[in-house]
Amino acid sequence: MKPFAYHQPDQIPDAAKLLTSIEDSKLVAGGMTLIPTLKQRLANPPALVDLSRLGNLKGITDDGATITIGAMTPHAVVAASKLVQAKIPGLAALASMIGDPAVRSRGTIGGSVANNDPAADYPAGVLGLGAAIVTSTREIAADKFFLGLFETALETGEIITAIRFPVPLRAGYTKFKAPASRYALVGVFVAKFADGVRVAVTGAGPGVFRVPPMEAALSENFDPSAIAAIKIDNDGLTSDIHAEADYRAHLVTVMAKRAVDAALS
Amino acid sequence: MGNVIGIGAAPKRKEDQRFLTGRGNYVSDIKRPGMTAGVFVRSPHGHAVLRGVDKSAALASAGVIAVLTGDDVKVEGLGGLPCGWGISDAKGVPMKEPPFPMLAQGKVRYVGDMVAFVIAETPEQANAAAELLTIDYEVLPSVVGVLEAVRPGAPQLFDDVPNNICCDWELGDKGAVETAFRKAAHVAKLSLVNNRLIGNPMEPRAAIAEYEPGTDRFTLWTTSQFPHVVRFLMGALVLNIPQHKLRVVAPDVGGGFGVKQFHYGEEAVITWAAKRVKRPIKWVASRSEGYVSDRHGRDHVTEAELALDEHGKFLAFRVNTLANMGGYLSTFGPNIPTNLYGPLLGGVYTTPAIYCNVKVVFTNTVPVDAYRGAGRPEATFVLERIVDVAASEMGIDRVEIRRRNMIPKEAYPYQTPVLVQYDSGDPMGCLDGALVAADVKNFGVRKAASASKGKFRGLGYSTYVEACGLAPSRFAGRLGARGGLYESATVRVHPTGQVTVMIGTHNHGQGHETTFAQIVSEKLGVSFEDVDIVFGDTDRVQFGMGTYGSRSLVVGGAALSKATDKVIAKGKKIAAHLLEAAEVDIQFEAGNFSVAGTDRIKSFEEIAGAAYVPHNYPLEVLEPGLEEQAYYDPVNFTYPGGCHIAEVEVDPETGTVTLVSYTAVDDVGTVINPMIVEGQLHGGIVQGVGQALFENAVYDEGSGQLLSGSLMDYCMPRADHMPMMKVATHSTLCTHTPMGVKGCGEVGTIGSPAAVINAVVDALSHLGVTHVDMPATPNRIWRLLQNASLPVAAE
Repeated sequence: MKPFAYHQPDQIPDAAKLLTSIEDSKLVAGGMTLIPTLKQRLANPPALVDLSRLGNLKGITDDGATITIGAMTPHAVVAASKLVQAKIPGLAALASMIGDPAVRSRGTIGGSVANNDPAADYPAGVLGLGAAIVTSTREIAADKFFLGLFETALETGEIITAIRFPVPLRAGYTKFKAPASRYALVGVFVAKFADGVRVAVTGAGPGVFRVPPMEAALSENFDPSAIAAIKIDNDGLTSDIHAEADYRAHLVTVMAKRAVDAALS
Repeated sequence: MGNVIGIGAAPKRKEDQRFLTGRGNYVSDIKRPGMTAGVFVRSPHGHAVLRGVDKSAALASAGVIAVLTGDDVKVEGLGGLPCGWGISDAKGVPMKEPPFPMLAQGKVRYVGDMVAFVIAETPEQANAAAELLTIDYEVLPSVVGVLEAVRPGAPQLFDDVPNNICCDWELGDKGAVETAFRKAAHVAKLSLVNNRLIGNPMEPRAAIAEYEPGTDRFTLWTTSQFPHVVRFLMGALVLNIPQHKLRVVAPDVGGGFGVKQFHYGEEAVITWAAKRVKRPIKWVASRSEGYVSDRHGRDHVTEAELALDEHGKFLAFRVNTLANMGGYLSTFGPNIPTNLYGPLLGGVYTTPAIYCNVKVVFTNTVPVDAYRGAGRPEATFVLERIVDVAASEMGIDRVEIRRRNMIPKEAYPYQTPVLVQYDSGDPMGCLDGALVAADVKNFGVRKAASASKGKFRGLGYSTYVEACGLAPSRFAGRLGARGGLYESATVRVHPTGQVTVMIGTHNHGQGHETTFAQIVSEKLGVSFEDVDIVFGDTDRVQFGMGTYGSRSLVVGGAALSKATDKVIAKGKKIAAHLLEAAEVDIQFEAGNFSVAGTDRIKSFEEIAGAAYVPHNYPLEVLEPGLEEQAYYDPVNFTYPGGCHIAEVEVDPETGTVTLVSYTAVDDVGTVINPMIVEGQLHGGIVQGVGQALFENAVYDEGSGQLLSGSLMDYCMPRADHMPMMKVATHSTLCTHTPMGVKGCGEVGTIGSPAAVINAVVDALSHLGVTHVDMPATPNRIWRLLQNASLPVAAE
């Protein structure tokens, strides 16, 4: 690890000011991606701005038609939340599948969404549910937030404070774990709302994406059989030593079917 | 007497008191006064000319004490890393043995090859300085696969090793095999890959070196399975340090699996550097560094053919293998795919003619050497797979074909056509036991249940034998060993009757402190608690060969047994004097010396006391003291074996293989501590399952980059991959080891890969699948099913 300055501000404006005033400074929430990167000397930020002392970023609130989860809420809290389990069980299930117990205790929803790892679980839930990303300056719709490999709509100094999820009629998440890392080789989140179905895929490509043909088919008939014959194009999907693009494409259909099953159960 | 816990008991492990309470003492726990930090700078290229290293910026960096490169080694005229085995080809031409400099000279030959050593006050400063080195590489094309390496026009690693072939080795009667093939009713053929593995012991490698000018002595603390061998190889052959001026300590070591049974360049460099900088230096490898520097295992490409008569009797077996050695010859490298492979191709069968050719090949990869099982899992995999292929092609049941060819219990000792003679065994008994334990007769019911869920269920057998207890020195010497393979033990009885044992093996997780204490407790009748086992320090322990090849109990335990016999023999002399009886009338039983047929008795403590306070003692004919030493050189290998049965379920939609049941019935000879044996079998089986289903070291051809270079990409087996295992022993006693022991450290790893893959093939056989290479990953299985253009299971 290379040396860096460490800041632990009490107020969001102070944190934002540090981020804009110190070039290349980094936010640290749970640190589950950043700390290993620093330890391997792959990143050399001059300063870390720790969000752990900021008030009101932790916790889950029921707003009726939506559930709001504070950005610093750890995965384990979401997974164990009676509220989330009751209102959006698919999201609680997603949180319970992230990493291992240590990661779930430290890692946060805001950190995961801001990092936008192409194989992370939360982006599928956020996009699949059509959530809003609440930041220090605005609200961003999930459809406009994820811009591809580790890229988001966040601007320098902009801090995620919460994620607001609309409550669906049904939702389910299934992931096929990469054998070694247990990140999503392919993860599919399916959510059924009164006005239609959303299907979001993580792990398969350079960033989370939706599958309109599956959404249309499931809006007609919310049943695994409705999408069994829908194949997605291999183009643009990831190929690596664990899985070539055609296998990932195949798994999208399989995982989507199983996610619908999970949503129905 | 005291609390005797002897052979066959299962006390909890003594060493776990410190391990489980965080009180272990590992190399990285050790701090020396004035200690500095060392960092190795490694080649990022698979193959390159090393034009030069500009140290100036690094040397000017904060806290830097020294930067050493291959040029500094060359100036001092120091040797390269020695290879412990010299094999030869069929004409007796010795293998090509290019130098393995401890820091690269002229060329780098794998990603991870060591280029420089940076020493600074702190690890952070050393790392920062390491990034400031300017290294001038002329990058060359790499070759990483054995098939590619022997092709004409392939990149050449060494000028004087044509076609990258280190040795074209063979074993067996080629002519007899050819004759048998001509008479065969059926010939089964199989091409397979034995995947490359990375050991991943929990504790990464580490070393501390210190030089004391006042005594001109060096001390090296290192994560080693054989500190005496490191002292010998490094002191005598690399650094020219007299043995009495070099102490090597391998304290608690967190797992080895073979990875730590080699003399590594890091050990030599750090020891040499400690004298140059006149301060202790510590180096601790990161996990990532281990991936590109710990010796890898396996990596074979094989063509095998089995000739059978019309009844399915094996007539002859022919195996041609290309074995990857990596960029240089490691300590045991060339021995593993040859002497520890070919002689095991007979398996538990009566195959009368066997021929094996192994081309040992250099590539731009980490040097390959022994990894748990070492050669024997590779042999077992080839044989047990082709037996299944033959059975399937001839329409003979897989158990039946094994029975028809198995060596019957009465036929032991059994001379194979490939050097080794099995002293004892009962493969049929193991098979029968495993069939029952695995409930094979109801497999059809389970298969139907799986089918009803859309899953394919398969069952696989592996009836295998291995050679361990390495090794009879004279025999090994004929095969090319450059060292002995005996073991030593000293039993020091204290004046109060407690015992300290100094033994040349090394305990790094195997439970030696418990098993060996049980042997002493049983033999001397002393309390289990009154026995301590000392190992891993060349200043405290007489010369020993260390731990590998399932040898610790078989060879080390035999030395210990002999040493305790000597203690008893001397005790009898003392007792005879004290009891005023003839020595022949003294008997030793349950910790007491007595005069046969009388109530005259002396306890073991009384005898020990008399030996150290020799007032009433036969000083004219007997030395005082009670301490005995024995060296034991085995007369043969031992041959544990058994039957493993794996049951898997394949999800055809995703290609996922789930191991749903695993049964092992093994013949390991006498069991000292059944709990520890069971643990060894569990661990060994999991490692074999890891090879079969998950683990794969993947290099990029051309660049030589290791693509599976971390735990994010190299899949280790985990607890949730495993079902509860059914493990049992069906032992015959070894006829030539003192206690009838055979060893158990590697059997699990040797037997299991074939059982698992045979089960996977069985699950898919109705779709025309005849072979699956390891690891049977979901991606690979799905692709096999796609290529077979088969209907995917309905839901």
